Amino acid sequence: MQESDIIFLEDSFKKYYFNHFDQITVPERTSEREFGYQKFNSGMTRHISLKDDKELHLLLMQNVPSDVYCSNAYYTFPNLPMNEKDWKEADLIFDIDAKDLDLSCRESHTVSVCNECNEISKNSIQCLKCNSPKLEKKSLPCKNCIDASKTEVSKLSEVLIDDLAITKENIQVYFSGNEGFHVYVYDSQFQEIGSRERSELTDYISLRGAIPETFGMKKLKQNRAYFPDFDDKGWRGRFSKHVFGSKSKRSKIITELLANGYTSFQKTLDDMSENIGVKIDPNVTMDIHRIFRLPGSINSKSGLTKTLCDNLSKFDPYVEASFLSEDTVEVFANCPIEFKLKNKTFGPYNNEKVTIPTFAAVYMICKKLARIA
Amino acid sequence: MLALGQDEIAKYPFLADAGQYLKDQGFSLDQFGSDPDLKHLIEKAYERIRIAADGKIYKSDLDGDQASNSAALPREVFSFLLAIVLLKLSGMHTLIKRFALAEARRAEKYLERDLANISDESKNQLAIRVIDDLFSVQVKKSDDYFIIPVSDYLKHSVNFHEREWKLINRHVENGQVFLSPHETVRLIRKELGTYINSKIINAKTPTMIPGFEDSVNKLVSLSKKFATYTVITGEYPPCMKHAIEILEKGENLPHSGRFMLATFLLSKGQTVQQIAPLFKNAPDYNERVTLYQLNHLAGTSGSGTQYSCPSCEKLKTQSLCFATSECDNIINPLQFGRKKK
Ligand code: SF4
Ligand SMILES: [Zn+2]
Ligand SMILES: [Zn+2]
Repeated sequence: MQESDIIFLEDSFKKYYFNHFDQITVPERTSEREFGYQKFNSGMTRHISLKDDKELHLLLMQNVPSDVYCSNAYYTFPNLPMNEKDWKEADLIFDIDAKDLDLSCRESHTVSVCNECNEISKNSIQCLKCNSPKLEKKSLPCKNCIDASKTEVSKLSEVLIDDLAITKENIQVYFSGNEGFHVYVYDSQFQEIGSRERSELTDYISLRGAIPETFGMKKLKQNRAYFPDFDDKGWRGRFSKHVFGSKSKRSKIITELLANGYTSFQKTLDDMSENIGVKIDPNVTMDIHRIFRLPGSINSKSGLTKTLCDNLSKFDPYVEASFLSEDTVEVFANCPIEFKLKNKTFGPYNNEKVTIPTFAAVYMICKKLARIA
Repeated sequence: MLALGQDEIAKYPFLADAGQYLKDQGFSLDQFGSDPDLKHLIEKAYERIRIAADGKIYKSDLDGDQASNSAALPREVFSFLLAIVLLKLSGMHTLIKRFALAEARRAEKYLERDLANISDESKNQLAIRVIDDLFSVQVKKSDDYFIIPVSDYLKHSVNFHEREWKLINRHVENGQVFLSPHETVRLIRKELGTYINSKIINAKTPTMIPGFEDSVNKLVSLSKKFATYTVITGEYPPCMKHAIEILEKGENLPHSGRFMLATFLLSKGQTVQQIAPLFKNAPDYNERVTLYQLNHLAGTSGSGTQYSCPSCEKLKTQSLCFATSECDNIINPLQFGRKKK
């Protein structure tokens, strides 16, 4: 990124932080959390502890970070090196990202940016202009991407509430600021469990590692009575809905399943995991020392804000998470994909000089699809 | 501490305070070495250890419901307490481990029976309390099932490799896991063994008591049979430590786990002869087969290709990975520790 772009982004971010202090606040139990931040074109500064909103705002104004992070874990000494922090517990956290959902729309709104010459192309192996293999994929997620991610969030909430007895009030959903959602679970029985336990929990939630016996299929001594029914709790109930479809078909399908045998049943389960398992990133949930983007802060991959979604189904990130100014600015845009922000449509731009509002300019510059003219 | 009746101490002797128990019964340790009427109890204690060392479970006098036999009860407890004294006097850690494991299996049987006991409420209440007090697993009874919070379940089940212990293969409802009495007890097997083991390790070692020498000497020679050659040098990644731990306890490590450990140690420059003894405690150990397999992996027989250690990714899918922050995103266990500055 060129110097003028960084100055422009820092300037825009700073204005946002200055005007929206009310929106970016420290989480509860502040002094037990680890904070961290990054500046444009530089590494991560971690192991910071903060007392209150004032200290956070000071940090934002002094450093103008590109990204700000906070731990979901609670420590006795959050500012010490990792092995001296004294880990106490951590909120459960889930990451759902559109790019992990294998959506067919992805291709239509993803391009490769060459790290050497900034050439934009659809080619994903090497740059068509300078042959460099150093390409960075940039995607401008579409409505379908957001809707599909929301569906995963709803599936996740269902498992959390129905199977794991988490109360609705203890679940908070945030738009990540880029392509997905972060789901936080507070005050649950899982606060103190470690990394391996969390990994097991994600396997449960994404229906991974299921064996045929769990769903009634035995190797020997088969019996129709072992198969799930519609009013079964948890995954057996979901199995019924997915595999049988309706009560009237249950019996016929069980006959088929038995006829196809054990190995084929395992395949049915693996398909089911693909289809109805919740698509969460297991590595995020099992990392109990990670720092996450701070709610209310800007995601430098997009210039959008990590925002709490009170009403997930109605939530539109391209309206509700875009807070940067309307002031116009002149940029060179090379953005072959059309996008919509704050209800206005932009692009496609073919290497042209355009004058557009700051929020749209920041979005493209963050995606490396434009630069300050 | 739980208040225990005689028959309960006999079933769960590790719950008793040994010194107090002897005093309450009006005995001192010296007496067992000298009193001809009591000496056979040392024999009994030795037998109890020998059977445990063989990987079998000591057949108790309590079986067949002679529990009411008031003479059998203290004998049962004495043989346990004396076994500990013998173990401490011999100082043989391999035997202590094996003894603790076998005693855990034995207690497991009683716990299971007590949990399933529907006619005597006090019996299953005791079992529930033992599990809660010792292992902080909150068990509640619900019809024929025992239910425990998912978080408690996970803390224990992550130590198992079998897929049926994965949470996804459990009946989960309302934040609770439903288990049979057998499964409930199986869940804490490892901790029960560890608990008994640490109780023995932490017990004071008495000075040699006249009359105990013979049995102690027999134990020392017995332990030679099980000597493990510790091949551990330097820091090993958690997956390997875990696998070695399982083998040392004489528990079953799945084939994939043995493959992982063997290829790892071979890559670290250990020889087949150095590695083979590690598998000695496995329940299905066969020296010839083990050597054959190791030579195959090392490439010293057969195709001549040396097998390499599986990636962390692969091990994760086989539930053999027990990553800690020290693993630091490495992609193969062989890289463990190298990233450290
Ligand atoms: S991350 Fe790799 S080295 Fe660490 S425990 Fe898992 S498999 Fe072993
Ligand atoms: Zn190029
Ligand atoms: Zn899309």
